Parts: sequence; C-alpha cells; structure tokens
Amino acid sequence: MVIARNWSSRLFDIAIYLVLGFIGLLCLLPLIHLVAVSLSNRSASVGGFVALWPIGLTWGNYEEILAAGPVYRALLVTVERVVLGTTLNMVLTVLAAYPLSKTAQEFRGRNWFMWILLVALLFNGGLIPWFLTIRSLGLLNSLWALVLHDALPIWNVILLMNFFREVPRELEEAAIIDGASYWDTLFHIYLPLSVPALATLTLFAAVNHWNSWFDGMVLMTKNENYPIMTFLRTVVIDLNLQILSVNPQDLYNLSDRSIRAANIIVATLPILLVYPFLQRYFIHGIRLGAVKG
Amino acid sequence: MALAEQGTRVAQGARRRNWRVYFARTWPLYAMLVLPLIQLALFHYYPMYGVIVAFQNFNPGLGFTRSPWVGLNNFRYLLTNPDFKNVLWNSFFIAIAKLITLQVISVSLALLLNEARSMLFKRTVQTVVYLPHFLSWIVLGGILIDLLSTNGLLNRSLGILGVPPILFLGSNTWFRPVIITTNLWKEAGWATIIYLAALTSIDPGLHEAAAIDGANRWQRIRHVNIPGISSVIILIACLNLGSVLQAGFEQILTLYNPVVYRTGDILDTYVYRAGLISARYSLAAAVGLFQSAIGFVLIVIAYRLAARFAGYRIF
Repeated sequence: MVIARNWSSRLFDIAIYLVLGFIGLLCLLPLIHLVAVSLSNRSASVGGFVALWPIGLTWGNYEEILAAGPVYRALLVTVERVVLGTTLNMVLTVLAAYPLSKTAQEFRGRNWFMWILLVALLFNGGLIPWFLTIRSLGLLNSLWALVLHDALPIWNVILLMNFFREVPRELEEAAIIDGASYWDTLFHIYLPLSVPALATLTLFAAVNHWNSWFDGMVLMTKNENYPIMTFLRTVVIDLNLQILSVNPQDLYNLSDRSIRAANIIVATLPILLVYPFLQRYFIHGIRLGAVKG
Repeated sequence: MALAEQGTRVAQGARRRNWRVYFARTWPLYAMLVLPLIQLALFHYYPMYGVIVAFQNFNPGLGFTRSPWVGLNNFRYLLTNPDFKNVLWNSFFIAIAKLITLQVISVSLALLLNEARSMLFKRTVQTVVYLPHFLSWIVLGGILIDLLSTNGLLNRSLGILGVPPILFLGSNTWFRPVIITTNLWKEAGWATIIYLAALTSIDPGLHEAAAIDGANRWQRIRHVNIPGISSVIILIACLNLGSVLQAGFEQILTLYNPVVYRTGDILDTYVYRAGLISARYSLAAAVGLFQSAIGFVLIVIAYRLAARFAGYRIF
C-alpha cells in the first residue's frame, strides 16, 4: 500500500499509540492493583497505601485462604461442573446441530424441529418459572441442576449448524452411497472437519461454566455446594469472610481487603491460564457465526 | 370401482414402503434429536408453561396446576405500583445508554486499532482489552467495590488532586455512570472484533486510490473505513434493539445496594427480590412475563430490521 510518510502521518501515529496505550492501561491497572493488594501486608492494605506495587510483600493472604478447606471444596464443585457441564454441552450441541444442518427434503420435519429450537431461543418463561421448574424436579442442591438447565446452548447449536452446512455435500453423498449411516458420516466426516469450531465452542462452554455464579446462588441453598464464583460472591460482594473459615488470630497482620483480593486471584487464575488459547480461538469463534451480513 | 380401490391400496402400500425405506436410512437423525428435545422440554418449554403462575396466586404446596387463578390481578397491581414504573424506566434508560456508549466506543476503538502500524503493539493492546470479557461480574465487581470505596485507589488518587471522597456505589448521581463505564471496561474491547473483521475485508485498492488522490489518514478513515464498515454498524444497531430492556442483570445485582434502588433497580433485580427473596412468586412471574413478552416482540422486530437493512439471517 502506498503510505505517505510525512510529518503529519508520524504525528498521527504517535497520537494513535498514545490513545491506545492509555486505553490499554486503563483496562489493566485495576487488575495490577488487585495483584498488588493481594500481596500486601495489613497496615499498607488497611491504610489504602497500595497502588500498583505491593507494600510489605507477603504471601500470607494466599496461605490463609489455601490453609483453610472451604475454597478447595468450592473449586472442586466448579471443576466437576466444568467437566460434566462442558461435556454435556458439546454432546447435545452436536446431536442437535447435525440433524438440523440437513435440508427439509433430506430430513422431513426438520423445519418443525428448527422452530421448536428458535421459539426456545426467542422466548423464555423468566426467572421464576425457571426456578420453580428446577425445584419441582427436585434438583436443588444437586450438581445436576447447574449442568442440566443450560445443557443445550441454543446459540452454539445455530453456529455449529451453520458450520456443518459449509461442509461439501459430496463428501457425505459419496460415503452414503458406500453404505455409511448418518452416525458414520457424523463421526467420520463432520466431526473431524469441525475440530477448530468444536475446540472454540468447548473453550467457551468451559469458561462459561467456570464463571457462572447466579445459578449456584439460587439453586444451591447450602454453602458447601457453592461453585467457586458463588463462593467468591459471598466473600467479595456480601463481604462475608466467615465462609472462608480463616483463623481470626491470623487477621492480626493480614487485612480483609487483601484476603478478598487474594481470593479473587485464586478464583480467576484458571481463566488467565487458558486465556492465551481462548484468544487464539475466539476470533475464529466470532467469525464462525457472526459476520454474515 | 374395484379397480380404483385396488389402485388406492397399492398407492398406500407404496407410500408405506417409501416411509419404511426413508426411516431405515434417516432414523439416526431423529434419534440424535431425542436428548436435545428432552432438554428443551424440561428446561425451556415446561418453564414456559410455568408462566401461568403470573395469572395465579401461586402456592408452592399446590404447584402450577392447582394454585388458585386470579386473572390479571398481578398485572393490575403492577401497573398501579410506582416501584414498577421506576424499574421499567431504569431498565430502559440503562440499557439504551449502554448500547449507545458501547457501540460508539467499540467502533472508535476498532478504527484506532486498525491504524496501529506496529503489529506487536496492536496485538498487545487487543490482548489487554479483550481480557475483562472473560472475567465474571463477581471478579470485576469485587475489584470495583474495593477500587471505588472511600478508601479505594480511585478516591485516594482524586484526593491527591484535592477532590473530596465520592461514594460511587452509594450515590444516585454516580451509580448509573459507574454501571455504564464499567460495562465499557468489560465489553468494549470484545465488541471491536466484529468491526476489526469488517475493516480487514475493505478492498486495499480503495485506500491506495484515496492516497493517490491526496487523502490524508484522517480523511481515509472518514471516507473509506467508516463507510466500509457502515453495514456492520447498522446490523449491530438493529440487533441491539432486541435488548433494550436488558440492562445487565448480573452486573447490577453485583454492584447495587438499597441506597441506589431509585436509579439502579431494574426489572431483573426486581423479579429476583420479589420472587426469590420475598417469595412473592406470582407477582415476580408477572414482571418476568411482561419483560419476556416485550423482549420477544423487540427481538422479532430487531431480526426483521437486520434482515431488511443488512441482509442478515441467523441460519
């Protein structure tokens, strides 16, 4: 491309870098501050002297949280939820997306099924009937409540269905002439060709399950069944540190504030660890279904 | 006569045979849909049937089917209730303010990112601004509650400039601006992706032609890039119409408190408190149904507009 490299263009570049750098910092500073607070001692933290660098560096806040049991229990609930929930999400997404990717000529009744799906996407009964339904199914306080109510992510079904439709028809037709069933073509043609799309949806489903907290808050009535984000909510939003069962004597040289910060980091670390993978896949994910106009 | 009857029977037989041949091949497609349909039935359609509690005086002991009917009483009560008008207005105001600010900021940010010549710098900024999208409102809320407290980093920084401490989350003046700004923090970066994708698909020839004609970079943004992504901007604006009553339940439930109910209480939080805290299930379900019904109409209109002005189809 022809680009005039004159002084006004250079000035423009500098302005762009300054503005973008400023916006980037604005996004990042609260997170750096959080890390700094989580590593600071009581006097610095209570006094509010910590800005972007820890004062009176200590690992005590992390040790305190990790020495007591409850946070592990919450992490375990979340890990179970992520594994079970993501598996269910992907199995049901594939099972729904594949038949619906066929035409109505090939798969009679396809349009009826599509409407059943779309109505569920466009209209919902609202929070109260949703809650009453799950309660009447006897699922309160069960891990199944957390994974079943959202087991079929409808939007993902539509994305994957659109993706399956891009697969050349000839591949499947040739296989069917050779006697393959629809199960065979799904497992041996469609799924292998969709690995990037499936990886994207899996990562997103897993992050979604990790981050969910509202369902845990209303469907779990006992603290010990809370997933980590619901647990964290009790600590950092309700400001109830008792759930952590920290030793009160240790709070002599640690502050509530730093313990909360450390708990946020503990709950967020797994997301930060998968973030590089997410980033590689999510551009792909957005293009999977979004820009069609 | 007999011949015609026989003909019909043959045709029926053929049709039955056709169906048998058809199902022998396609039964897996129906079998695959069984589990998804059960999930939809239990967790989408049964709750839809459950909206009848909005027309009942729901009694948990009696369930959906035997609770006494009260007709439109719950809705009548709502329409005369000043709290309801307040939460309706708050939902609408906050949602619209969020949609407009998010779109303006994310389009601008995408245009800026597109101008960054250093790939490394651009990637770094993208990595940073996308990150908050993947953090839950509990994480961001926990950070914000501390950051915005009277002893928090923001108030201490303002203190250096001589500004007296501000109770950001406990003030009806500040609550909405905080909600709108923190929503930008979480979502503005992420929302640029679709615009960046649209910007890469602009024909480079247009930029070359503009440069040869003496257009500077600002003029090229103004006359090449913005028109180039205008169809995507219009598409997103149309689709956004579907969420003008979605003010952000998780965000507000995390950040609000009784002091700011006047400016910050929205339909979803009202439903949550009335239904799940005070156990006034029918009243809360009536609010929820009101919101779902309007939301449904809005989404249908949004998709219609998107199809009309941007040729958008979801499948």
